[in-house]
Amino acid sequence: MNRISAVFESAKGPILNVYATAGFPKLGDTMTVLEALQEGGADIIEIGMPYSDPVADGETIQQSNQVSLDQGMTVAYLFEQLKDLRSKVQVPVLLMGYINPVLQFGVEKFCQKCQEVGVDGLILPDLPMAEYELEYQEIFERYGLFNIFLITPQTADERIRQIDSVSKGFIYMVSSASTTGAKTGISSEQEVYFERINRMNLKNPRLIGFGISDRESFLKASTSASGAIIGSAFVKLLAKSSHLREDIVAFVRGIKGLN
Amino acid sequence: MAMTYQVDDKGYYGEFGGAFIPEMLYPNVEELRTHYLDIIQEPSFQQEFHELLRDFVGRPTPLFEAKRLSEKYQTQIYLKREDLCHTGAHKVNNTIGQILVAKKLGKNKIVAETGAGQHGVATATVCALMGMECIVYMGAIDIQRQAPNVARMRMLGAQVVAAESGSKTLKDATNEAMRHWINNPVDTHYIIGSVVGPHPYPDMVARFQSVISEEIKAQLTEKVGRNYPDYVLACVGGGSNAAGAFYHYLNEPRTQLVAAEAAGQGVGTGHSAATTFLGKSGVLHGSKSLLMQTEDGQVIEPYSISAGLDYPGIGPMHAHLFKTGRAQFYDITDEEALVSALELSQLEGIIPALESAHALAVLPKLQAKPTEIVVINLSGRGDKDLATYQQRLNLV
Ligand SMILES: Cc1ncc(COP(=O)(O)O)c(C=O)c1O
Repeated sequence: MNRISAVFESAKGPILNVYATAGFPKLGDTMTVLEALQEGGADIIEIGMPYSDPVADGETIQQSNQVSLDQGMTVAYLFEQLKDLRSKVQVPVLLMGYINPVLQFGVEKFCQKCQEVGVDGLILPDLPMAEYELEYQEIFERYGLFNIFLITPQTADERIRQIDSVSKGFIYMVSSASTTGAKTGISSEQEVYFERINRMNLKNPRLIGFGISDRESFLKASTSASGAIIGSAFVKLLAKSSHLREDIVAFVRGIKGLN
Repeated sequence: MAMTYQVDDKGYYGEFGGAFIPEMLYPNVEELRTHYLDIIQEPSFQQEFHELLRDFVGRPTPLFEAKRLSEKYQTQIYLKREDLCHTGAHKVNNTIGQILVAKKLGKNKIVAETGAGQHGVATATVCALMGMECIVYMGAIDIQRQAPNVARMRMLGAQVVAAESGSKTLKDATNEAMRHWINNPVDTHYIIGSVVGPHPYPDMVARFQSVISEEIKAQLTEKVGRNYPDYVLACVGGGSNAAGAFYHYLNEPRTQLVAAEAAGQGVGTGHSAATTFLGKSGVLHGSKSLLMQTEDGQVIEPYSISAGLDYPGIGPMHAHLFKTGRAQFYDITDEEALVSALELSQLEGIIPALESAHALAVLPKLQAKPTEIVVINLSGRGDKDLATYQQRLNLV
């Protein structure tokens, strides 16, 4: 079974998925960050593959992408860093990034590498469903990769149903009309949206992302989904951390309430 | 089957195009995709569009026989005078069309990107005309380089926001405009300034600019007795003025389509924006096209003396025209463009935009025959470039 499905089946409490930009804050920190996230209790880890033009991302993640690229990060080098991933990290790992670096690496070769190092799924925000079905689905599935789709407050019910039917693992529910890190907290309007989706009885579980920054917003989001995703708030912590492992473990434990 | 140069039902020109957009933009782009043809083909829309082009923009723009230039190059040269459009460039043909579409879609706010500021000015202008709120993103570096256009936009009531991310130029202004649209999806329409972006933008913008070749056909018939030239020359940044000048000749085999790209300091120097010479297939700003990028797929910052050609990609239609050999591409350096700008000024009394000067600079390389007819799309006027001309041409 894909590790992602296993996590949703066995979860006792809300699922915490944390996003970390690869090669950030220092190029060589990728594995340290992943191991610390696991140690702190993250249930799923999303590794950001840096890109020069991340249009769906706000300032915090953009800057971390640029720092990582400036330090020399590439797709090929990331796979090199993840070579021993599965001897150290057991939680599901997703790669999150933009389609162009994947295209240049070669879609098939990329998927093969993912399978080789033990990546479970992909989040590629600028690969929408129609393009995915046209050219990519067959290859991704051949290598056992789950492609995670996004939905937003503006996504029509009919499209949500279509996305649900091609999705595997979970659906990434964007909490508001925004780029990453633009807004924090959860409004009552957003809660209405969460509940609306909840009542649709989709076949896939949902994780809520964008604007989740602390234990309070994590718990609030988790009442209407299987859990939530923290990105910018964690990248901000990485940017200012002086004791990476300890700070990460404390941050994750704080969100999960494991103090 | 005859080769088609038009977009197909999936939004592709051959292998290029598509709509690679995050889900946050899907409802807006899909709304546009499902409605744009119906909207722009409606007689009332066409009437309003053409009335504004006539009474506000000043169309039709003249097709001018450049006699002294013709004599120099021993051929028959006609200039399509887009430089005489209100606001000084062809860009306004598109912004008029798009603001009318935005109105039909019930939007009351406009966001746009701009490089040289020409598209920003054209957008700010139509927003003032229609009473719509206007936000223009412009690279922080371009704001420095193009101060007069920044002042024009502000005078027209637009809010100009500096794009501080990435390389702080056109590509980043486009990223910021897209991010703004993601954050404001309901009341805002994004007016893209060229034949780039996700489907249906390239096709929609090409249709609005196609008035250029529609007029050339009628004007040539009147002047020379046939509706097609032997060559149409245009510069390509994203490719909107070229798309407009080529549009009605795409399937005219007797017309050679010629595109001029900005080579900057030269194709091999690392300071260039000549995408068809330096790019590979890739995805940026919502479509698959030719793109200047590293081996790792990171977008390379281009360079050109002309801010309007300083873009790392080209529209998918042009990538297809390049790939199929339908259009011929020339790489024109900064120096060549400057020489041609000076030449046109002194032979014909017309100071061209630096962008348009790249199209003119193809003339010495074209070797057209004395019997042949060459139409050059003079996309804009040079007022905005006077500081550069002054400095680079030592005008004292
Ligand atoms: C006068 C002029 N010509 C050409 C261009 C390039 O754009 P496009 O290739 O879309 O025509 C610009 C862009 O700013 C411009 O101002």
